Order: sequence, then C-alpha cells, then structure tokens
Amino acid sequence: MEWQEVVKRLFQNKISLIGLLLVIAFALIAIFAPWIAPPADPRDPYMVPRDGWGFEPQPPAEGHIFGTAEGQYDIFYGIIWGTRTAFRIGFIIVGISSFIGIFIGTISAYYGGWLDEILMRITDIFMAIPFLIAAIVMTTILGQGLRNVMIALITFGWMNTARLMRSQVLAIKEEEFVMAADALGASDLRIIFKHVIINTIFPLVIEASMRMGSMVITASTLSFLGIGAPQGYADWGQMISFARNWILGGEGNAIKYWYTVVIPGSAITFFCLSWNLIGDAFRDILDPKLQ
Amino acid sequence: MISYIVRRLLILPIILIGVTLLVFSMIMMLSPYQRLSTYVTDPSQLKNVDVDVLVSRYGLDDPWYEQYGRWIKGVAQGDLGWSESAGATVNQAFVDRFPATAELGILALLPVVLGGIILGVFASVHHNDIWDHVSRVLAIIGWSVPTFVFGLIMLMIFYGTLGWLPPSRLSGWGLEIVNSSAFINYTGFFILDGLLNGNLAIVGNAIRHLIAPVVTISILWWAFIMRITRSSMLEILRKDYIRTARSKGVKENVVVYKHAVRNALIPVVTVAGRMVLGLLGGLVITETIFNIEGLGQFMAQAAQQLDYPAVLGGTLYFGFLLIVINLCVDVSYAVIDPRIRLG
Repeated sequence: MEWQEVVKRLFQNKISLIGLLLVIAFALIAIFAPWIAPPADPRDPYMVPRDGWGFEPQPPAEGHIFGTAEGQYDIFYGIIWGTRTAFRIGFIIVGISSFIGIFIGTISAYYGGWLDEILMRITDIFMAIPFLIAAIVMTTILGQGLRNVMIALITFGWMNTARLMRSQVLAIKEEEFVMAADALGASDLRIIFKHVIINTIFPLVIEASMRMGSMVITASTLSFLGIGAPQGYADWGQMISFARNWILGGEGNAIKYWYTVVIPGSAITFFCLSWNLIGDAFRDILDPKLQ
Repeated sequence: MISYIVRRLLILPIILIGVTLLVFSMIMMLSPYQRLSTYVTDPSQLKNVDVDVLVSRYGLDDPWYEQYGRWIKGVAQGDLGWSESAGATVNQAFVDRFPATAELGILALLPVVLGGIILGVFASVHHNDIWDHVSRVLAIIGWSVPTFVFGLIMLMIFYGTLGWLPPSRLSGWGLEIVNSSAFINYTGFFILDGLLNGNLAIVGNAIRHLIAPVVTISILWWAFIMRITRSSMLEILRKDYIRTARSKGVKENVVVYKHAVRNALIPVVTVAGRMVLGLLGGLVITETIFNIEGLGQFMAQAAQQLDYPAVLGGTLYFGFLLIVINLCVDVSYAVIDPRIRLG
C-alpha cells in the first residue's frame, strides 16, 4: 500500500482521527507552553512554581485552576510544561531504541549465520530481565534524573523492534525484487536501505507508535517511585507522586484531594491513548488479513 | 521435538549467565565504597572502622571476574547471599514473599485470559459495527491508563470512600489469626490456608483484600488478549471451512464457538509468555501501591536500595522463569497446532 493511501485512510478512520487530533492538541500545548503558562524564570521554565511552602494540597481556585499539589506546586503549570517533557521522553527513547533495534534486527537477518545467532542470544538476554526492575536498577545506579531514565529505558527498550525487524527482513530477503537487486550487483548497503528497510517500515511505525505510550508510562512510573525527574521538575509522573500521601483524603472526605491524582493521571492517560489509537488504527489499515 | 527441547535447555544456562553478567556489570559501575555503603544502615557503624579494610576484607576491590566468580560459586551451592533490605538471606526473602505474589498472579491470570478472550470473540462477531468499536476503544483506554494511576484511584474510591477493598493482604485481626500457633500455614496462600484450616473468615478477608489489586493488574492485559483474539478470530471466520459449516446450515453460535474459537485461540497461547513478564512489571507497581509484601514490591525496594544480592537473585529467578515459560509456550504451540514443526 502506498503511504499516501495509508495517510488518507488514517484520516478517514474515526478512531485514528481522534488519536491524531489528540496528538495535535498535545503538540499545540507543548509548542505554546510559554504562552499558556508563562514561566516565572524563562531560563528555567521546567521548574514548577510554588505558591508558599504549605504541605497540604489546595483545591482548584483562581490563580491555580487545577489546584496545587503537596508543597504548593501549581498542577496546571506542571501539566502544561509536563507535555513537553512527555514528548521529549517519548521521542528520544522511541527514536534511539528503534534505531538500535532496526540496526540489530536488520544485520542479524540480512547476514544470518553465527552473527544472527550471537545477536539474537544477546537480545534474549536483555529480554529475560524484567523491564521495570532493570530500569529501576540502572536509573538508581546512574543517579536520579530524566536523562538517566532515558538512558535506562533505551538500554532495555530496543529488543522488540530488533525481533520485529529481523522477522520482517527475513521475509523480504527472499522476495524476488531483492534477489533481482542482488543479481544486478547492488551493494548490501543499497539493498538494505533502498529495498529492505523501505518495505518493512509500516509494522515498525505501528510498533513505535504503541511504544510512545508505554515508554511515557514507564518513565512516569519511575518518577512516581521517586527515581525519575528531580523534585519540582515539570513531569506528570512526579505530579502524581506528590499525591501519594493524600490518597485517602481527610476529614471524612476521602476524595478531598482527587485533583492531585485525577488531573495528572488524565494527562498521561490521554497522551498514551492518542498514540495507541493511532497505532491500533494503523495496524487495522495495514493488516491485509483484516480488510 | 525432544532434540528441540534439549537444545533450548542447553541454551538456558548461557542466557542465565548472560543475564546475571549484565546486571553484575551494571552494579560494577559503582565504586567499591558505594557498594559497601549499601550494607551500612546507620552512620554510627562507620565509627572507628577503617573503610578500606572492610572493602578489601569483602573483596569489593577485586577484579570483577573474581567477584562474579565468588557469586556464581555461591549460587552453585544454593547460596544467593544476604539481602540487606529484607534483613534475611535472599533465599529466605524469596520464600517468604513468593506466596503473596503467586496468589495475586494466579488470580489475575484467570480474569485476564477469560475476559480478554470473551471480549475478543465478541468484538470479532460484531466486526465493524458499533459494539466492535466500543469494545476496542474500551480496551485501548484500559491499555493506556498507567497501572499506578488506576491503582491509586481504586484505593481512593473503594478504600478511602467506600471502605470496601482495603490494601495489604489481610486486616489486622486476620494477620493475628494467621500468625497465631493455632493456624497452620500450609502454603502461605491465605485463601487456600484459610480453607484448609476451616477458617472461612480468613478466606473472605483475603479475597476482599485481593479484589482491587487483581483488577488493577488485569485491566492492562485485557486489551492485549482481546486484541489478539479479535484479529485471530477475524482471520478464522473467513476460512473456507467456516463458510462450509454455515452453508450446510450449522447454527451461527455453533460455528463461532465450536468451529472458530478453538482454532482462533492458538495465537493467544503464544502471548502467554510475554504476558507473564508483563504481569510481573504490573506486580511491582500494584504490590507497591496496595502494600502487599510480595516479590514485586521486594524487587522494587531492593533495586532502589541497590541491594544487589537480591537484585541478582531476582533476575536469575525471573530469567529462569521466563525462559522456561517461553519454552513451554513454544512446545504447547506445536502440540496444539500440528501444522507447526519445531526445528
């Protein structure tokens, strides 16, 4: 299927259209963050401003339309600038780990033999470690911080792409047009880039789209556990970790502090939802068995 | 088939050594003093102590292969070392925490698999009509909610507001009974032990404490199983033998449930391995939020405190589990579907 056709169908499909619109909305929020929530200190816009030093969260009110979290961090500001953090985390992790996966999967399948065997056993080893545990250990060792979270998630996030790419390349290697290119004397690099990768790109895009959501969830999970973003950094996971002490509410009203969980929780959920909707619709469009 | 299994089992130790080497090399990024400090619980322990003597006494500045060799030697003798965060040997810590995790995991597996399959079949039968879209969108939403957010909201509503589903494994009075000498801990599974002891109050209490964590873990995987069941069903429903069955007047229900579902479930089996690992990630978060003292919570704690004997032991254990489960899945795949030949 030509890519123009795929894009056309993505826009025709209601489910993916919702996903696309959501992603566009988040992108607009990220781009216009300085205007939506002007930073107090333009040199350090990712630090969420605090309104005093009080411990107890304050409900939505004028000046803080989403309320404040524990420590009087403004939730609205954290959500708006956290959108940028989420995009950055997602794109960097998915981009780099996909690149590693594509590289390993392609040379593994294309050259085969002992190289394939070694690379796939290495992949197995990385896959045999529980992802979240590995990410926690590595982030703890490297030290708190989003950069280290990203390094950890890239280190343990490339294996599925590598396997997917390998199976794709194995299938396409036997196709006549690749053999023809080979017979015509095209170099390995030319065959890989011009014929193989171009023809295997769609399943990878689906996989990457689904991974955008799950990687942002994992990164925010690490922040929630207290080993991700530094204190006060605009990050959705951290906004929720501020809520941990207030889950059970107080004064006979258990959902008194609902906004500390529900608002940042919705932000993460909608962000992941948008990418998953696109990935899901994509898969339907491209799966010839389901036409 | 036998030679395939043997070959896979021969690779097993290589993978396990690779896995532990990988974790070990991460830990070796810390200096000997940092690794020593994971054993210090109170700064006063360091008074009148020469840190360098301690480092060399425990061989923390030896070359990495000597340290790794010592650890492997211990493993071969069944000794995984001492876990500082558990205050016990790693073996004992695992044994103590295993039942809580297994109970939760096993109970979660049933609703996940059943619910996912039912939803998937339902969506495929209603392909492209409103029910298909609704169940798919619901599944994607379930897949998009972070486990920790869902767990916190569960706690807020069903514990904080309604008081129905409390966290941890048992209520205070229940724990007293379980820890008393009159109650015999056969398995460590509180539901099973309650039944064996004839104490239905414990059974009820344990179930009440398990509902919220089980739902929290399941929600994510429903979507996963549903998705695979749906596409597999759609493929099968287009097969010629289904058309034949329909054309000879077999009832639609029989066609769907007898002819199609059975065959459509084959791919579902293959994802079981992936799901077990995924469940484990979910367990880490769920146990932490619901304060269940299981392996997931223990691993998260150990990882954060860099309690490396526990982390190494844990990766060894789960790596082993994963490889064995994957092997079982591959073999059962070949058993269920005679078209597949393992080579």
